[in-house]
Amino acid sequence: MDLSLETRTEGDRTIVVVGGEIDVYTAPKLREQLIDLVSSGAYHLVVDMENVDFLDSTGLGVLVGGLKRVRAHEGSLRLVCTQERILKIFRITGLTKVFPIHASVDEAVAATE
Amino acid sequence: MPTVELRFSAVPAHVRTARLIASTVGRRSGLDESLVDEVRLAVGEACARAVGVQQAHGVTEEVVVTFADDEGTFAVTVADHGQAEAEADLADLIDAAAGLDGTLPIGFGLAVIAGLVDDLEVTSNGDGTVVRMCWPLLVPSSSS
Repeated sequence: MDLSLETRTEGDRTIVVVGGEIDVYTAPKLREQLIDLVSSGAYHLVVDMENVDFLDSTGLGVLVGGLKRVRAHEGSLRLVCTQERILKIFRITGLTKVFPIHASVDEAVAATE
Repeated sequence: MPTVELRFSAVPAHVRTARLIASTVGRRSGLDESLVDEVRLAVGEACARAVGVQQAHGVTEEVVVTFADDEGTFAVTVADHGQAEAEADLADLIDAAAGLDGTLPIGFGLAVIAGLVDDLEVTSNGDGTVVRMCWPLLVPSSSS
């Protein structure tokens, strides 16, 4: 499976570092990871997408699902992405209005709700 | 005439293969490098959509993708045997997403393609749907 996932915590934030391709085949793995985190009480997530090579609408659906879950606990889901080709799909779909997108993990962690 | 044809079982694992072939054949056909990412994403979305509609209806036939470079155009078709989804407006779908029901509806992929590809034709009949996408080729093809 061409998707890598690593998590770490910084204060009350949980950073999910995603690498590789998020598509119709690999997206379920990311979905499981986000569900597991929320189930274990991590409600403030930062998804670092700087090492993501490809993202399709299935991946967007998983991120939207994650956002739904953390919001149910008054949490947050912030994205870190500066890659134009990944940002493009957020822009096309209008999801830039739904997700806070940051230029670095530090910026995302420092952001207040 | 298609220069390359790909048939694959309607399972998610093969969608990546279709994307890789799209990039490779597109470059080979003389597609401008700035369009390769767009082609890769659009073909990936079209194939993911085809797999999705077939799996949703339990249809096991193969998805057929053709790549052709004709008359200065790189044309890709993705044909499935699933029941076509209702047309949906991207803004409505985003509202649904913002409402956070957890998953994006299947029409979302097609709406993304529409947002991405200028030259797009979607035709559906009783047998399935064909998504046809075209991009201009800037240099004469060297592989026909």
